[in-house]
Amino acid sequence: MQPDKQNANLRIAALVSVGKHPGSGRARRAEQDARAVEMGLAMAPQGLEVLHAGDPHAEALRAYAGMGLKKLRILQQGENADAVPALSQYLSETKPDIVLTGVRAESGESSGMMAYLLGEKLGMPVVTRIAEIVSIDNGQANLLQALPRGQRRALRVPLPFVASVDMAAATPRQSAFGPASRAEMEAKAADVEVLDEVQASWSEAPARKRPKRLKVVKAKTAADRFKAATAKSSGDGGKVLRDKPASEMAQAVFDLLLEEGVIR
Amino acid sequence: MILDWLLPVLISVALLLAVAGMLKRISLWRAGQPEKVSFFSGLMAMPRRYLVDLHHVVERDKYMSKTHVATAGGFVLSMVLILAVHLFGVENRWVNYALLGALVLMFVGALFVFKRRLNPPSRLSKGPWMRLPKSLLMFAVSFFIATLPAAGILPENFGGWVLAAVLAAGIVWGMGELLFGMGWGGPMKHAFAGSLHLAFHRRPERFGGGRSTGLKPVDLTAAKLGVEKPTDFKWNQLLGFDACVQCGKCEAMCPAFAAGQPLNPKKLIQDMVVGLAGGSDAKFAGSPYPGIEVGKAEGGPNKTITEGLVSPDTLWSCTTCRACVEECPMMIEHVDAIVDMRRFLTLEKGSTPNKGAEVLDNLIATDNPNGFNPGSRMNWAADQNLRVMKDVKEAEVLFWVSDGAFDMRSQRILRAFVKVLKAANVDFAVLGDEERDSGDVARRLGDDATFQSLAKRNIAAMSQYKFQRIVTTDPHAFHCLKNEYADFYPEGQKPDYEVLHHTTFINELVKAGALSLEEFKGGTVTYHDPCYLGRYNGEYDSPRELLNELGIEVAEMERSGFRSRCCGGGGGAPITDIPGERRIADMRMAEIKETGAELVAVGCQQCTAMLEGVVEPRAEVKDIAELVADALIEGDAPVSKKNGKQAKPNADKRVAEEIL
Repeated sequence: MQPDKQNANLRIAALVSVGKHPGSGRARRAEQDARAVEMGLAMAPQGLEVLHAGDPHAEALRAYAGMGLKKLRILQQGENADAVPALSQYLSETKPDIVLTGVRAESGESSGMMAYLLGEKLGMPVVTRIAEIVSIDNGQANLLQALPRGQRRALRVPLPFVASVDMAAATPRQSAFGPASRAEMEAKAADVEVLDEVQASWSEAPARKRPKRLKVVKAKTAADRFKAATAKSSGDGGKVLRDKPASEMAQAVFDLLLEEGVIR
Repeated sequence: MILDWLLPVLISVALLLAVAGMLKRISLWRAGQPEKVSFFSGLMAMPRRYLVDLHHVVERDKYMSKTHVATAGGFVLSMVLILAVHLFGVENRWVNYALLGALVLMFVGALFVFKRRLNPPSRLSKGPWMRLPKSLLMFAVSFFIATLPAAGILPENFGGWVLAAVLAAGIVWGMGELLFGMGWGGPMKHAFAGSLHLAFHRRPERFGGGRSTGLKPVDLTAAKLGVEKPTDFKWNQLLGFDACVQCGKCEAMCPAFAAGQPLNPKKLIQDMVVGLAGGSDAKFAGSPYPGIEVGKAEGGPNKTITEGLVSPDTLWSCTTCRACVEECPMMIEHVDAIVDMRRFLTLEKGSTPNKGAEVLDNLIATDNPNGFNPGSRMNWAADQNLRVMKDVKEAEVLFWVSDGAFDMRSQRILRAFVKVLKAANVDFAVLGDEERDSGDVARRLGDDATFQSLAKRNIAAMSQYKFQRIVTTDPHAFHCLKNEYADFYPEGQKPDYEVLHHTTFINELVKAGALSLEEFKGGTVTYHDPCYLGRYNGEYDSPRELLNELGIEVAEMERSGFRSRCCGGGGGAPITDIPGERRIADMRMAEIKETGAELVAVGCQQCTAMLEGVVEPRAEVKDIAELVADALIEGDAPVSKKNGKQAKPNADKRVAEEIL
């Protein structure tokens, strides 16, 4: 993806968090967030603002700056504050064309709700797990959404929108120490700081290792293994509803939820 | 006679022009970064460095050392006497005879230079260097004839104006090359730049038989990290590049060049010269970087080196094996320059190729290059019952396990070494999970920030405990601990321990009688010197002595000792993995095969991995620790030679303590 002139006026906000290495538990640049920054840098290096809500002194944030950012904007707030109100307040003022987030954070609640909550608050459509922004024309973006087993779904979404970036997106460029240590951390106190009461009531503990079912390899040949790794998941009982009256399709969804016992 | 007044004029003009050129050249060097040198003591030490240290290196090629002594000695002597006779008009018969003698000496030397140039090996640069012997001969002959009348051997007006004109032409040619060319970038530049390079060398420790191989630390608070443009080098590094004589000894030794990777140390240094002076490499008349055409590179003092002058792939091809530095008769520091430029690419541009970025990220996040959980560092020793420093706080020997702990092949070496240590009742302990990667790979990949962070944390971990020696099976960690960590101790502290490679340590144990070994029963064995043990730390003898103790007669390879060829595993080269025509490890294995060895003994887990990566059939690869462990006679308690007392196993008074 080469930045072209078309994107000169495009404004992207990439939301970044402090990640956590699964092995060492050490703070790092989060893998999905880094991909969001990479996507932003590739699409609109001039119009990219990298945004974090939290502690401006977190060293791990510099790893994002090392990707070649002059500065990071930080909405300074306490450790237990909810990031959503501060971010949505800020984004509703700056009104970026695209808001990129990771799918879920590597630490904290890690609920994966950020994109949805922001979309709701900002009144923007939400696209989940995108792998690539192919192009932008006439105020609409052509996206590729990542599906399991390497499949992609082409989507066309009007600007502005919120998108979460999947691991299938382009790997982030290397973070260089020099620019990282020199980048400006432009911190200002968040306009609103709401204590995240739900999280505050939780206690964190390392996950217990669960027994895993042994994977029995049934494939006899390499071709079989390849097929097993790439074949579409063949969940049966699915039903595609298309080009029908909305009420009919809604009824079908309602019936299914009732049947599965999700609603009673 | 015309020459009577023409000669002094010609000599004066040539001298003036030479001095002007030299001043210009000096201004080019001064565009580099400041670096403190001891100016006067450097200049004072220069003759000795030239006549002794440099001569030792040149002496490896007897033909060239004798040729050079005659030519250069004859030239310097005759130049002094020419000034006396032809410029200041000293009229002394003996001085004239001395001048004639010096010119004859120079002539004879130049004849041998000429002979060498008749059919020059490919490593030698051609171009102006092919002209040099002719210029030398012309200088010697012209001045010889011109001096004859003054010496009273020929009549004053012999030959008339025809001969005078011919002589004047010859003298202009000779002095043009030897004086003018010295200042203005001709082949003779090496004499001027070389002598100053020796005086202001960045590693003066190398002279007088010393060794200086640790990389210089980066100031991480600087406005720019590493070298982007030629002027980002220290001024005396630029001076060093200018000292190059293009003899190509580096090229002949470089494993990356031999493998067809795009690196030629000689060309690299010449490109640095192009960079510092500005221009293109079109005039370069030596072997190119394999696969890259000569003539396309352009640079200038303030132009980014990797944009147009040197391809990043060239820099990443280097295995940092130091073979070029070891071989260079001008004592140029190629590896320093390469790592300096890598530092810019990694620390400022974030463009470490291939797996580089991933490895560095892993080192930052997990303190090991493969991203394993740092808490699993001791898993290899689950059954070894090792003592951990955290528990014992004190031991004679700290066993530095290194990242081999995560690799199954290396674990076999570690286990073998532990077996040896236990058999000799050595009082040792390990750091366990407090140990981190030594930072070697990070540093060679140019990431000095990560290296410094690892080094400081390792130092902090070690500082909590008491021990006298560190022993490690990894020459790379050995080099870092021994030569590079001292720069990172907190203010006022310095390392108070000795660092040893396991071959040195086991050799000591054997010599002290702490181990009883049976004869090695196998075929021919050769030994591969790891670069970071040999060239970096001068340890060539202990591994060989140890092999002898095992009853092994080492079948030496042609490239062994200080001329050992790299396995291809150093400097992060397997990580950056720049494509070539051959693999360095394959070439090394071919050399092993030439000795007819069935087994190659190594002293480095990286070499083991590289050499075992060569497809079979090939020689078996074993670390010396494994060979010793196999040869241990167990059950029979070792006898200390010192007092002949039977040492009891698990006795508090350990035999090993006596020898430590």
